[in-house]
Amino acid sequence: MTETVTRMPVTERLMTDRPVKLSCRNVWKVFGREAERFLQNRSTPPSADQIADAGLLAAVRDVSLDIHDGEIFIVMGLSGSGKSTLLRCLSRLIEPSAGSILLDGDDLLKADETRLIDIRRHKMGMVFQNFALLPHLTVLENVAFPLSVQNVGKAERLQRAMEVIDLVGLKGREQSYPRQLSGGQQQRVGIARSLAVNPELWFLDEPFSALDPLIRREMQSELLRLQNVLKKTMVFVTHDFDEAIRLADRIAIMKDGAVIQTGTPEELVTHPATEYVAEFTRDVQRAKVVSAASAMRPRSAGHFDSAVAADLKIQAVAAQVIGGGKPVAVTAADGSVIGELTPDAVLATLIGREAQR
Amino acid sequence: MAVLDQTAPASALRWRNWRWSLAWIALLLVAIALISLPSLAPWAIDYPKQWIIPLAAELKALMKWVVKNFSIVTRAIASMLQLPLDLALGLLAKGFTIGNGAEALHLPRLSWLGLVVAFTLLGRLLGGGRIALIACICFSYIALFGQWDSAMLTLASIAICVPFAVLLGLGFGILAYHSPKFDTYAIRPMLDLMQTVPAFAYLVPVLLLFGFGPVSAMIATIIFAMPPMVRATALALRQVPEDIQDFASMAGCTRRQRLWRVMIPTARPLLMVGVNQVIMMTLNMVIIASMIGAGGLGYDVLLALRSLDIGRALEAGLAIVALAIALDRLSQAAADQGPLDPTAPARRHRYALVALAVLIVTTLGGLVWPWLASLPKDMTLTTGPIWSEMIAWINVNFFDAIDATRTWLLLHLLNPVKQFLLKTPWIVLVAALGLLGLYLGGIRRKQGWHLAILAMLLFAFSAVVGLWEKAMITVYLCGISAIFACLIGIPLGVLGGRRALANRILGIVVDTLQTLPSFVYLIPVVMLFRVGDVTAMIAIVFFAVAPAIRYTSHGIRQVPAHLTEAATAMGCTRRQLLWRVQLPLALPEILLGINQTILLALSMLVITALVGTRDLGQEVYIALTKADPGRGIVAGLAIAFIGITADRLMSAWARRLRQGMGLAAAETGAANH
Repeated sequence: MTETVTRMPVTERLMTDRPVKLSCRNVWKVFGREAERFLQNRSTPPSADQIADAGLLAAVRDVSLDIHDGEIFIVMGLSGSGKSTLLRCLSRLIEPSAGSILLDGDDLLKADETRLIDIRRHKMGMVFQNFALLPHLTVLENVAFPLSVQNVGKAERLQRAMEVIDLVGLKGREQSYPRQLSGGQQQRVGIARSLAVNPELWFLDEPFSALDPLIRREMQSELLRLQNVLKKTMVFVTHDFDEAIRLADRIAIMKDGAVIQTGTPEELVTHPATEYVAEFTRDVQRAKVVSAASAMRPRSAGHFDSAVAADLKIQAVAAQVIGGGKPVAVTAADGSVIGELTPDAVLATLIGREAQR
Repeated sequence: MAVLDQTAPASALRWRNWRWSLAWIALLLVAIALISLPSLAPWAIDYPKQWIIPLAAELKALMKWVVKNFSIVTRAIASMLQLPLDLALGLLAKGFTIGNGAEALHLPRLSWLGLVVAFTLLGRLLGGGRIALIACICFSYIALFGQWDSAMLTLASIAICVPFAVLLGLGFGILAYHSPKFDTYAIRPMLDLMQTVPAFAYLVPVLLLFGFGPVSAMIATIIFAMPPMVRATALALRQVPEDIQDFASMAGCTRRQRLWRVMIPTARPLLMVGVNQVIMMTLNMVIIASMIGAGGLGYDVLLALRSLDIGRALEAGLAIVALAIALDRLSQAAADQGPLDPTAPARRHRYALVALAVLIVTTLGGLVWPWLASLPKDMTLTTGPIWSEMIAWINVNFFDAIDATRTWLLLHLLNPVKQFLLKTPWIVLVAALGLLGLYLGGIRRKQGWHLAILAMLLFAFSAVVGLWEKAMITVYLCGISAIFACLIGIPLGVLGGRRALANRILGIVVDTLQTLPSFVYLIPVVMLFRVGDVTAMIAIVFFAVAPAIRYTSHGIRQVPAHLTEAATAMGCTRRQLLWRVQLPLALPEILLGINQTILLALSMLVITALVGTRDLGQEVYIALTKADPGRGIVAGLAIAFIGITADRLMSAWARRLRQGMGLAAAETGAANH
């Protein structure tokens, strides 16, 4: 791979071209006495040892991220990696110890309580791991709750609630109570509720971790379907790398409170930054992640029988390339040929070996 | 403490145990020296009279000043409570009289039959057929056995006290939840005092402030019944899942919306448990407080006991039991209800309409047919003579046996212990408590020293205010009763913990024991053993045995199944399983049960003072009859301090055991010695 620009898949280019919706700069969350002062009184960021020596615990260390409008941004990490704490800092459910968080360019940390309540009422929605449904309200009342705390009129909020209940496929269950629903249905209620105010920014905190594997896959598909319709900016936290690969536009991998790599699933698989990331990506089915652009080589032949789009995954083009028995052209969005994809390269990706170039 | 010191080398362990033995032996030697050479330090044996601080007199003067200067406030509060109470009394017991003299219009009270039907319907609505049946039987019993009038007086007080206690408790609970500092430094110490100071003790100042009558009784009742609601509220709010609290923030709730629309509804099930406890405590206290002029069932029992009319006392007592069971089951059923299903509002509506209709029809019918308004005497039943005869028969035939038992207990158990406590120099006992505090709290920890100092100060209080002798009688009576209660309760609890059938039966027994107001326990015991320390002891044992059973059984049940399975798989016999696995692991829980048993025993003291014990309870009772608030408060505080000392020591012991087993994380800086 010589030209970096061709390696970048089309989706990635689109996402990062979009305006930044939410960004955080040098965010820290350190637990312990006088953590803020500890962070303020130094010119360079403290090392892990210095923090431990001060008797403090750093849950989030020096995280800077840009999340673009309309992308599914996944924060992935094992338990204790600080991913949930980071999400709670981004939504200001907990106060970061240091750093800044910019929503549409405004510093969220400077907002006072009234302003914060206003932002949350209109711009943010959140889905929780354990659903966090109110047990004393029906499905309909639960979904209408965020509107009701804004004093939206009854007829209007019930109508809006019915719309989103319909959207998540729960029509007919609106008079049930949460305890009468299955886990998957309960999380559908949670999703509907978070969408009721039509938020721009959508936080999902391990939304499917409490569900059975089969239901989890179903809900992931459901989420992708919703995103195709709604095009929200999503910050999605998970500990499940397969889930991250499946859903993400981009993934940030966290370890011990720090983000160790941010990139598209394909970048993580093809160019893991550390051994730790490589460990995660080892068992991933590469053909589902690697695009034609990553597996191609510079064109050698003058003429091709067929062509594939550069951002298509190998899995999608495998039959065509192997069936043809000879290299096919890889074309960029404007139709120009940027390289060629050989059957060998496709096979190598399919059986999980690094392409030999 | 073999479990605790597993990590220490054997030699160090032996030395540590030796050190403690040496300390105890030294204390014993000091005691012997002080007693055998009385001239050495007479002040250390008996607390010198001239050192006594006349706290009681000063408190009395203070109260006088308060009464003189704040009577406007107290009268305002009194009239605020009087109004709803009159309303409830009118509805349930007395009817209303509008206007004066001859043309006065008298509106009847609610018909007994209508109320029985209404409570039955309520039971059916809340808990289905079983609860309906219980409510129906209990209220019918009260009506048919001629206890209706008194029972309705009692019920009217309860109906007014409960809402006040619940609302106040909710308010303080929310405060405690919002401000942990306020909780630690203001609310918790206050709750500890309110629950350990016997209710009688604060009846006296309340009496002075609000006068002799139902309103005083109500205020004392509200103070007494509020603590469980405060605790339940704070606990329930803390247990709301973090996810739900985060959701409230993310939905953009204001603080008020967050509390009233998210936190409290989510916490409802636990809050309802608090309400149930408030109702039961209210009943308990209303019975006691009826002695200061509220009238009602408690007063009937007291009158009957005074005239030794056993049959009548027992019938009124059983009416209390019936009322207690009905209220307990009804409020529990209300607490157990999950979120209502969609048809519930309509159903509630229908039930309410039917109940209202029945009430109106029967009450109006009472104007035409008097038996509907109140059951005439010749239609009620009484079992009083049967009971009286039965007691007479037992006394004629078994007098010698019972009396022999009583005398034997007195001579060989009660009196020696009493003499031991009274003869031991006071300073030695105080020092012994300090040493115990250090041992249980940990000599290398700050908490250990705090505990030791607290225990010594609280215990010495009795000596300083000149109540040492009565305090020692209190300790001896409570101590022996608590030991008996544990000897009975723990084995029963073990049985219940290991066998499902036994657990079910014990569950019913314990539920019933805990539902009954303390007063009721005196009735049968007095009949057989007449007045005195033995009677008091037996009544206390009955009253205090319930937590020992319940906590032991729960402790054994909660031993993780994989541990008992592992032990069984290793080939433990049932006996080995019990002694080597279940009991050691359940020990902290059992200690908590013993702790509760001691506190219950203390709270029973004032009641047993009615049968002539000479302890701090008697002091409170005397204060009550003489309306001497200083004396009452001081004696009440002395009882409370004994209770708090026992509570802290037992808790420290339980914590120590738990840490030793690694069940609770050792606090930082805690040397695991």
